Amino acid sequence: MSHHLVEFKDVFFRYPDGTEALRGVSFRITHGESVGSVGANGAGKSTLLLHLNGCLLPASGTVTIGDLALTVKSRREIRKKVGVLFQNPDDQLFMPTVFDDVAFGPINLGLEDAQVRERVRRALGLVNGLALVDKPPHHLSAGQKSAVAIAAVMAMEPDILAMDEPAATLDPKSRRLLIELLKGFHHSKLVASHDLDLILDVCRRCIVIGDGRVVADGPALEILSDASLLEANNLELPLSLQRR
Amino acid sequence: MTFDERYFDMGRLDRLSYGETFVHRLDPRAKVLATALFIVTVVSFPPFEVAALVPFFFYPVLLTTLGGIPARFVLRKILIVSPFALFIGVFNPILDTRTVAVVAGWPLSAGWLSFLSILLKFVLTTGAALLLVATTSFPGVCHALRRLGFPALFVSQLLFLYRYLFVLMEETMRIVRARDLRSFGGRGTGAGVHARLVGILFLRTVDRAERVYRAMLSRGFQGDVPMLKRFRMGRRDWAFLMTTAVFLGVFRAFPMTEGIGRLAAGWFR
Repeated sequence: MSHHLVEFKDVFFRYPDGTEALRGVSFRITHGESVGSVGANGAGKSTLLLHLNGCLLPASGTVTIGDLALTVKSRREIRKKVGVLFQNPDDQLFMPTVFDDVAFGPINLGLEDAQVRERVRRALGLVNGLALVDKPPHHLSAGQKSAVAIAAVMAMEPDILAMDEPAATLDPKSRRLLIELLKGFHHSKLVASHDLDLILDVCRRCIVIGDGRVVADGPALEILSDASLLEANNLELPLSLQRR
Repeated sequence: MTFDERYFDMGRLDRLSYGETFVHRLDPRAKVLATALFIVTVVSFPPFEVAALVPFFFYPVLLTTLGGIPARFVLRKILIVSPFALFIGVFNPILDTRTVAVVAGWPLSAGWLSFLSILLKFVLTTGAALLLVATTSFPGVCHALRRLGFPALFVSQLLFLYRYLFVLMEETMRIVRARDLRSFGGRGTGAGVHARLVGILFLRTVDRAERVYRAMLSRGFQGDVPMLKRFRMGRRDWAFLMTTAVFLGVFRAFPMTEGIGRLAAGWFR
């Protein structure tokens, strides 16, 4: 199947302030693959994720999602396929109640009322958040906000999932829950995180981004146990691989 | 009150709207229309009317009681915004000194009368609006407005105002806390620092707006903020709206205070 494919070809991107965030990124994620993206602060991980659904467009090079090349015109279609979880849940939860927020995507997809309700129920169930359904987001804890933001993305039932630091605000138990959730998601996914243990648990493959380029790309276990490569990119061995 | 306490107090209006009383359960549209009708009726009285306004307190008092809203809370909120009304009317007694009546030997000027009228109208209308939000929740009101046919752009602005008011306050709270932790004995709290804080807050807001908009586009935003219909105007809602309308009409058309006064005078004769 080609529709869960993600391909970056020589992608360059520069922010208006002159920062060269991506300088020739190329990789290819095939159907059902789970890929972690790691790297130092400011290496370009978040910028890369924003290209996945056209929030940012490459200055040069091409991004292909499924069989669609990313352009201004194809953006809307691509957004139906790619679910992106942003770093800060407060940016993601813009509706006045949890229900409205999780329902936002499904309604925009044009689903019937009953289907929307079912999707909301299922998505909140996935993150153990059914009890929060009528709450306004500003009365939620940081972890609850994350959980709801994840539900809001899952409710759209995307073909491809892209997440930026999904576990940063979660307590260990919720983090474990998220890991199980991600393991159960069998479509393609790209997870950017500094939580290397999470990457190790969830992803088979790992890409190291440094200075806007792909520095290394290979099996997660191999890359995440390469101490000198990790150190060169401001990272360190995952806790589970460290011997004390 | 410190900034933190003020912030926590803000959320109280929301929490009141979680109630489960008869008033809370009414269709938001019925409440929005009733409130609008109430406000228009109150405002429609001529500038020197005082006596006829008094019976209108019946409506907010009834809602407060039925809705289980603490009256002191509403009164305090009204007090906070009262300077606006005070400044509008405060010069009337000086500018308009015609004597219209003599009460207990004191001449009563037209200015005082119109000032009093402004204050009454202010308390009634603000009180009604606060009670609407306290019993319906702000999102509920927005939802009702949208379904009553208000433009999508207008309603989504209101929704975002409400949602990000809290985020903005949290942001401010963090900045103020960070400043307080590192400023000692009046240093670092001057106007110059304040100006820079406001500047930073503005820049952060612009950035956030950008990110929020991205998140919206990512989930298929096309200009309207869609919400599922979850209310139906039932018999109770129509009854509430109609009763309110009839009462407002009667109170507007007939001098109720005079009538009650005559009735009372009749009893005590």
